[in-house]
Amino acid sequence: MLLLRLILLNAFRHRLRAVLTIVGVAVALTAFGLLRTVLDAWHAGVEASSANRLVTRNAVSLTQPLPFAYKGRIRQVTGVDIVAAGGWFGGVYLDEKNFFPNFVVETDDFFRLYPELIVSPEEQKAFLTDRKSAVIGRKLADRFHWRIGDTVTLRGTIYPGQWPMTIRAIYKGARPDTDETVLYFHYGYLDETMKKRSPRRAGQVGFFMIGIRDATRAAEISKDIDALFRNSQAETLTETERAFQLGFVAMSEAILLAITAVSYVVIAIILAIAANTMAMSARERLGEFAVLKTLGFGAPALAGMLLAESMLLALAGTALAIAVLPPLAKGFAVGLAQYFPIFFVSPTTIILQAAFGLAVGVLAAAVPAWRVSAVRIADAFRRIG
Amino acid sequence: MAVPLSYSWRNLVTRRLTTTLTAGGMALVVFVFTATLMLAEGLRQTLVSTGSPGNVIVLRKGSETEVQSGLERVQASAMTARAEIAPGGDGRPLAARESVVLIGLTKKSTGKTSNVVIRGVEPASLALRGQVRLVSGRAPQPGTPEIMVGKAVAKGFAGAEIGQSLRFGKREWPIVGVFDAGSTGFSSEIWGDADQLMPAFGRNAYSIVVAGLREPGLFDAFKEAVEADPRLQAEVWRETRYYEKQSDMMRKFLTVLGVSLTLIFSLGAMIGAMITMYASVAGRVAEIGTLRALGFTRGAVLLAFLAESTLLGLIGGLAGVGLAAGLSFLTFSTTNFQTFSELAFRFTLAPWIVALSLAFSLFMGVVGGFLPALRASRLGIVEALREA
Repeated sequence: MLLLRLILLNAFRHRLRAVLTIVGVAVALTAFGLLRTVLDAWHAGVEASSANRLVTRNAVSLTQPLPFAYKGRIRQVTGVDIVAAGGWFGGVYLDEKNFFPNFVVETDDFFRLYPELIVSPEEQKAFLTDRKSAVIGRKLADRFHWRIGDTVTLRGTIYPGQWPMTIRAIYKGARPDTDETVLYFHYGYLDETMKKRSPRRAGQVGFFMIGIRDATRAAEISKDIDALFRNSQAETLTETERAFQLGFVAMSEAILLAITAVSYVVIAIILAIAANTMAMSARERLGEFAVLKTLGFGAPALAGMLLAESMLLALAGTALAIAVLPPLAKGFAVGLAQYFPIFFVSPTTIILQAAFGLAVGVLAAAVPAWRVSAVRIADAFRRIG
Repeated sequence: MAVPLSYSWRNLVTRRLTTTLTAGGMALVVFVFTATLMLAEGLRQTLVSTGSPGNVIVLRKGSETEVQSGLERVQASAMTARAEIAPGGDGRPLAARESVVLIGLTKKSTGKTSNVVIRGVEPASLALRGQVRLVSGRAPQPGTPEIMVGKAVAKGFAGAEIGQSLRFGKREWPIVGVFDAGSTGFSSEIWGDADQLMPAFGRNAYSIVVAGLREPGLFDAFKEAVEADPRLQAEVWRETRYYEKQSDMMRKFLTVLGVSLTLIFSLGAMIGAMITMYASVAGRVAEIGTLRALGFTRGAVLLAFLAESTLLGLIGGLAGVGLAAGLSFLTFSTTNFQTFSELAFRFTLAPWIVALSLAFSLFMGVVGGFLPALRASRLGIVEALREA
C-alpha cells in the first residue's frame, strides 16, 4: 500500500511534467488511431463487398467497355442468378468540387442484388417505374439537401451532355460500412439517350454485376464466364466483388505503405516523449534511489517502481487517446467525406492503441530502470543530480 | 547584456540523452512534414513538366481527362488543319491525333495489376514532345503493331522489356524500344501506332488532338475558333495547364492528409520540448539565480532559455530535413485518382520546402520553450540562490 502511494506521488511529483507526458502520449496515440482509421476507410469497399456477387469487366482494363449483348450468354451459365449491366457514369454536379460516385445500373433486380441498400417499398416502386429517376444514399441527400422529388442534373464527362433525373428513392445502409454517398440511375435512360446522340456508343456497358446463389462456387462460375468470351473481340475478366475492390486498393498501395510507415513513426515519437520523461525522472532521483537501496530495496523492486510509474503515465495517456479518438474521427469524417465515405473507428484500432500504450509504458521504463538498478550506491550519493 | 549563446549550446551538449530524444522526436515530425511536401511537389513538377508550353491539347467538351475524351475522325482532322498550327519538318501541320486507352499490367514489385496508359500516336507526336527520347532499341514502325515503352513501365512492370511482347485485343504487340521522358508522365506510358491500336480496342474516335502553335500568342485565337464551332464540341487547353490540373486532386489529398497529421504530431513534439525545457530550468535554478546576481536581466535569461529551445528545434529540423532529403533518390509510383492510371514520380526537395520545414521546426522550438523560459526569467534572485 505504502509502495503504491510512493509510486503515485513520484509519478506526479512534477505535476506539470506528468500532465505534459500524458498529453504527449495521448496526442501521438490519437494520431496513430486516426491513421489506422484512414487505412480502414481505404479498405471499406473491400470489407463491404458481398461474397455472393461477381463482377465481369473487359480484360484489357476497367475503362474498356463490354457489349451489352454478353448479358444473355452470362445468364445461361450454371449458378448465375442475376445479371445486371452497370457502369461508372462519372457525372459532375455543377462543378468538379462536388464529386460523388455515380453509376448506371440495370434496375430489374437492383434491390435483390444489393440487399444492403434499404429503401421503403413505395420508394422502390417509384424508382423502378420512372426511367429518368435516381436512387441516392442518405449521406449524399444530406450533403446537397436533396429530397425526394427533386430534379438533379449531372453533366456527363464520359457521356457528353446534361442528364436531368428525378430523385425517387433515398437508401440507408444496412451495415455501418455501406457507402451512403452513391447515386444510381437507370441504364435504360443512358442507353436510349446514347442511341439518339451517338449511336456508335450505345449498347455498351462498363461491367456486369452478377449475383450467384452459392458463394463457394464463385471461382468456378468466374472461369465458366470468362471461357465463354475467350478469343472474342472483348475478352472478359470475372472476379468476386471483393477481389475487384481489392484491385482498386492495390492501385494506391504506395500511399498505403507511406501511411503505414508514418503510423510507426508516430509510435517512435511517443516513445521518445515518454522515454525522455522517465530518463529525466530517474536521473533527478538517483540520490533517492541510492537511499532506497541502502534501506535494503533490491534492484528488481526499484526497477518495478519506475516501471509502475511509467505505466501509470502511459496508460493515462492511452485512456485519454481512446476517449478522444471517436469524436475526432467524426469531425474528420465530415471533412474528408469526399475521399472517404466510410470513416469510423474500428475495435481493432482501439485494441492496437491500448497495446501500443502498454508497450510504450514498458519500453520507456526499460533503460532508466536498468540504469537505476545497476548504479552503485556510493556512486549515486557522490553524484549531484 | 545578453547571455552568450555558447551557454545555451553547452547546456544541450551536457544532457546528451535528453537532447537527443527531444530533438529526435522533433526530427521525426519534421521528416514527415518535409516528406509530404516533397511528395506533393514531385507530383506537381512531374505533371507540369509533362506538358510543353507551346502545345495545345484538344479534348471533347466536358471530359476531364484524356481517357474520357473522344473526338470523331472528321472533327479531329478539322482541328489539325487550322492555320494557327505550326508546320512540322515534313511540311505537314505539327499536330497529332492520339488515342489513349488504359490497359492493366502486372507490377513487378507486388504482382498486382495497375492501369497503364497506352497511347496511340502519329509521327508528329514525337516532334511535339521534346522530352521523349529513345534510350534503347528503336522507334516502332508506323503501320505495324510494334510498341515502345516508357522507362518507368519497363522498370516497374512484368514482361515489358525489349524483345518481349504484350497481348491484348486478340493480338501480340512486340516491344521494340524503351524511351525516356525524364521525370514526366510519359515515362509511365506505352506508345504505339494510333491506326493499329484503335481497331484493336474497337475504337473509331481519337481521344485528343495535340498541336504546336506557330507562336504561343495564338492560343486564344485557336481556343476561340475551336470552341465556338458547334460541330466540334471540343475544349482547348494549354498542355502545361491541362497536366497541372490532372494533379490537383491527388495533391490536395496528399497535402491535407500530410499537413493535418504533422499538425497533430507537432503538438506532441512541442510538448516534448516543453518537458525538456521545464526540466532544464528546474535543474538549474541555482545557476539562474547566479546569472541574475551577476547582473543579467530577466530579459537576458528569457532569451538564453529561448535560444536553447530554438537550438533544440533547429537540431531537430536539420536532422529531419536531412533524413527527408535522402528520399529524393526514391521514385514513388501510384495510381493518380483523377486519370486512373499509374504515374511514377520522385520526392522532390525544393528550396521553399527546406525553408518551410526549418521554419516549422524553429517554431516548434520557440513555442515549446516559451513557457519554461518565462518561468526561468521570473525566478527571484534570493529564492533561487537559496536553492543552491
